[in-house]
This record gives sequence, C-alpha cells and structure tokens, in this order.
Amino acid sequence: MEPFIRLSAIAAPFNEADIDTDIIYPARFLTITAKKGLGRYAFHDRRFDGQGRELPDFVLNREPWRKAAILVAGANFGCGSSREQAPWALLDQGIRCIIAPSFGDIFRGNCYRNGMLPVAVDEATHAALLADAEAGLELHVDLEAGFITRPDGSTIPIAIDPQKRDALLNGWDEVMTILNQRGDAIAQYETQRRQRFPWLG
Amino acid sequence: MPTTLYDKLWAAHVVADEGNGVCLLYIDRQMLHEVSSPQAFEGLRAKGLRPRNPGYHLAVADHSVPTRHRDRPIADPQARAQVALLESNAREFGIELLTLGDPRQGIVHVAGPEQGFTLPGLTLVCGDSHTATHGAFGALAFGIGSGECESVLATQTLRMPKAKTLRVNVTGDLPPGVGAKDIILAVVGKLGSNGAVGHAIEYAGPAIRALSMEGRMTLCNMSIEAGSRTGLVAPDETTFAWLKGRPKAPKGVDWDAAVAYWRTLTSDDGAVFDREITLDATRLVPQVSWGTSPDQVADVTGLVPDPARLNDAEQAAKTAKALAYMGLAPGQALCDVAIDHVFIGSCTNGRIEDLRMAARVLTGRKVATGVTALVVPGSGAVKAQAEQEGLDRVFLDAGFEWREPGCSLCVAMNDDRLPPGARCASTSNRNFEGRQGQGARTHLMGPAMAAASAIAGHIADPRDYLEAV
Repeated sequence: MEPFIRLSAIAAPFNEADIDTDIIYPARFLTITAKKGLGRYAFHDRRFDGQGRELPDFVLNREPWRKAAILVAGANFGCGSSREQAPWALLDQGIRCIIAPSFGDIFRGNCYRNGMLPVAVDEATHAALLADAEAGLELHVDLEAGFITRPDGSTIPIAIDPQKRDALLNGWDEVMTILNQRGDAIAQYETQRRQRFPWLG
Repeated sequence: MPTTLYDKLWAAHVVADEGNGVCLLYIDRQMLHEVSSPQAFEGLRAKGLRPRNPGYHLAVADHSVPTRHRDRPIADPQARAQVALLESNAREFGIELLTLGDPRQGIVHVAGPEQGFTLPGLTLVCGDSHTATHGAFGALAFGIGSGECESVLATQTLRMPKAKTLRVNVTGDLPPGVGAKDIILAVVGKLGSNGAVGHAIEYAGPAIRALSMEGRMTLCNMSIEAGSRTGLVAPDETTFAWLKGRPKAPKGVDWDAAVAYWRTLTSDDGAVFDREITLDATRLVPQVSWGTSPDQVADVTGLVPDPARLNDAEQAAKTAKALAYMGLAPGQALCDVAIDHVFIGSCTNGRIEDLRMAARVLTGRKVATGVTALVVPGSGAVKAQAEQEGLDRVFLDAGFEWREPGCSLCVAMNDDRLPPGARCASTSNRNFEGRQGQGARTHLMGPAMAAASAIAGHIADPRDYLEAV
C-alpha cells in the first residue's frame, strides 16, 4: 500500500452522525469485484440524483471541497457493513484522512490497511476542525511527527497504535509482515493446538 | 482470578502478544462469500501465496444470488461473473464450496452453523459484519474486511486489539408473542448505534438461557448494530444438543473431548466486566424500528418520536433526519403506519423457527390487498425442512411468495429490490437509507410482527394475532 507520512489538504465538512457504509458505498455496486476505480460510487446516492446528475448541495460537489483529501465527518462514521469497498471508494475519490468523533470498528481497521488515516478526536477538537473545514482552510496532517496542525498554528495529537503507525509510514503490507515476523510462532501455536484441540483437525 | 468467556476465548488463541493491547490471534475457521473474497484471493495471487490451511475455510455464495429461477443462469451478468469467480477461486485454492445448486447452500451465517462448521470455542471470521451470529455457540466470531480475509487465508491469523467486555443481562421470562428479535432491538435501542464500539458483548441471564439456538443466533447477529463486532452466548446443553450429529461436528471420542472443553466456556462467577446493563424480559413489548438506524426503535404500541420534544440537540437532529427519510409524522401511532412490502428472511430471521412463528400467525389468513410479501429461507436446509412441515403451503395460501435461499432484500444486491418510497415490514437487520432499494423505507421487526403486518396492511402487534390461534 502507499505510505502515509504527511498530508496538507483542504478538508470537507460532512458532519452527520451514523454515516453507514451503505451510504458510503451503496450495496447495488457490490457486484463489482475490482478494488480500484470505485471513486465514482463514493457517497453515490448523496452525490447524484436518479439521472446521475450531481446534487449541488453535497459537499464533495462544491468548491473548494471537490478536491478535498481530508474528511471531517460525524460520530460513528463507517458503521454498518464490513465492506472494504467503502474505504476503497473513498481512497479512489481522493480521501486519505478521515477525522471524526468516533468510527465503526471494522471500517476503521479497513482504512489502515489501505494507507488511509482515521483520526478520532474529542468533541471540542471536532468542532474546531469542522470550522476550519467549513472555512475551506487547509489542515496539515503529519503522521511522522504525530500531530495535525490547524490553520491557526495549534496542534492536535494523532492517537494511533504504534504498529499501525509504522505500517502506514512505511506502506507495509500486513500479510507479509505477519509471515516474516511470526511464521515460527504460528507454526508453534498450530502444534500445541493439535494436542489441545484435536477435534479441530 | 475469575475470568470472562471472552477472556478465555481470547487467551486460547493468542499466537503472540504484539504489545499495546494488540495480539496476533489464531483464526480457526473462515467463511467466504462472493462479495468480500475476490480481492482477498487476488491479493494471494499477486503475492504468490497459497492458503495456509485450505480445510479451515468454507465458501458459499449468498449476497448477490437470485432467489428465483435457480435452474437458469444468473440474469445479471455482473452477479453471474461474481458468483463464478467465487467458484473458480475456491477450486484454484482448494477450498470447499457449497455451490448454488447444492442443497446445503444458504446465507453464510445460516449454512455454516447447520453444517457444524461453527463450534463453541472457535475463532471464526467472515468478510461480513453479521459474523457475530456464530457467537451464539460460544465462538469468538467477528466480521472483517477483505484485506483481513486475505490475512486469514495466508497466515491463519489476524492482529487484533483486545476488546473491552460488556455483559447484557436479560432477566425473567419473555412474555408470549415476544422473541429474540425484540430483545436485540431493545438492546440496540438502549445501547445506541455506537454504544458498544470496542466492546465484546456477552448475553446472559434466564431469558437468554431459555432461547433456542435459532433465537441466540438472532440475538448475537445484530451485535454490530450497537457497534460491537462480537456477541457471545456461553454454550450449554441446548448448544450441544443442537450441534450433535451435524456433518462437520466432532464425532465419537472427539465429541466427548470437545464437549468437556466446551463446558469450561462460561464466564466465571465473580468475573468482572468493563460494563454491564440489564433488561427485564417480563416487561418487553414487541419492538419495531421507525428510523434509519437500528437503534431508532420503539414498542409497537408506541408513537413515532417528536424531535421537538427531545432535549439532546444531536438526537433531535438525527430523529428529524430519519423521519424525513421515512416519511413519518411525529406522534403518529406506529400501528397506523401502512406498509406495502413484507420481507421474511435474512441471517437474522431466516431460520426454521422464524418461519414457524410467521406461519403460526398466517395460518388461515390472507395478505392484505396491495401488499407484496416474500419469504426467503436462510438456506436450502431451512427450505427443505419448512416444506416437509408444510409451511410453504401456509405462506403460499396466505399470498406470500416462496423463494430460494440467499440474502435477498436484506442487502438488495440481487434483483430483489424495492422501488423508491416503498415501505417494508422486514425481519432483516438494517434500516439504513436505501438498504432495501434507493429511497425505500424499512421497518425492522421480528417474524411474527412481519406476518401480522402482512395481514393487516400496516404495522401490527403480533400478540393480537397469536392469541386468537
């Protein structure tokens, strides 16, 4: 995956609670088996009308947020289905960082695996970042340094598991990391498992 | 030290402690379906990897499969290609597949347990958020993304942060006409849509012990609707009796050894949970959702909430948004809400007991004029059992359509899709905007209420129909 180190971009405000993965990526597009090129389906039914015309009120259809690479979202963003098409579509649309008061667990994990950074922030910070986003201002996300810098120069720490941080900074693939680092441990576990739980085959 | 069931399951699967509360966890079983697996197999191919233990996986198509005309090729070319891809991937990587024509085919969370693929004490995953269903057996089961499916295929492990624990105690006995779906809808309503994020739920108490395995699966299934990836019920005699003799369940001495171990899978007396909530089953009334999030539920005897009367501004905004989408007026009686579609099925309520309950309400009655009603059995085995019991006749005589197994109108990926503005009484698990079709409106409920609503043509209290029987 592409490393995530630093990102300076304007942020799109989308402060609605419980935006589920059906809204992010409607189910009727799930028969597509490709992983790439899904950006056109991101928020499809919020972005387009029945005839495929842009709905002018939706934030990603408006300037300057059309090119936003950061999303300041509402609480419980990405709840619902485990479909990884949700982060794939957002990524293809150009979104690499999502800031919200809270996230759906599976969605959040899926983001990390695709070089995307989800950042959970407290309510006051969320309100401040939302104001920056609404003003069309740039945020500077520096994962290496570990904080987000607001336009007024104030900083917000990025809370993240150290392993996930390393993986994002280096663009490491988790499958290869596990095989390289833990191959022996897995084999050992399997030997014990056969003795302890013989019925599992 | 007394430990929780979750802690025991976790400890039994730790391959390595990665620090910061994260462990590399061994995954015993994985179910694969056509939507979340193609990219995982593609990942293996790109890296030149093979499944570490092909025998620990079971593949079955369910999401995009049609529920009619199974004798013909799938009409939608994209869905046809997707199902074909699952079949060719399973062949290429040596994974067992239940094909569309196989009598065992069904929704992953219905077919897996039926085959005994699901067992107590396992870690079991699937690229589907309703995988917590299998927690009904005391398995640590959770939904994952496609990238994680690839990891499980290649390494048989996942890096997981340990969750906090939340025990939901359901005390007393359920009143007649109230079921597992009503418990879980009430629990989700109480916890909120993100109230259990980061927590593993254990359902406990006399009302849970009294549930059948079907009811326990309904319960655990919707844990994700409160934000929890994992729902658990400690295994007991009900569990063992249900599993014994299933094709993939242990046999002979293996069975005895397994049961001896499974009996240890309970939360010890005095085990401390991070959180606990209690629900009094004796006071539970059939539940129905009115909004666009599964926590937006009320008693069927209740009213649509009024955003103007809510003190919390955020709740008021969520409520107003939901009512606008749902086309409901504040203060409207839920029983007055007219419906035009009924869906009985899904991994939540597509099992034999659900169909029996709906058929009990429908016997000798007819679906109201203008209502389109369908039953989609959760698996081929459920369908066959129902037909053996004559339930298909009850549904057909009442005016329901009797379909082939699949996810159908729960996810609306196949050709079962509602038109804009349609309003559906549904036994599925999500009432999200557009979930059953663009602009369609979903009311979540149990199978008895769905059947009662089909007869009435509006949301109806199933107790009024069950008492007369």
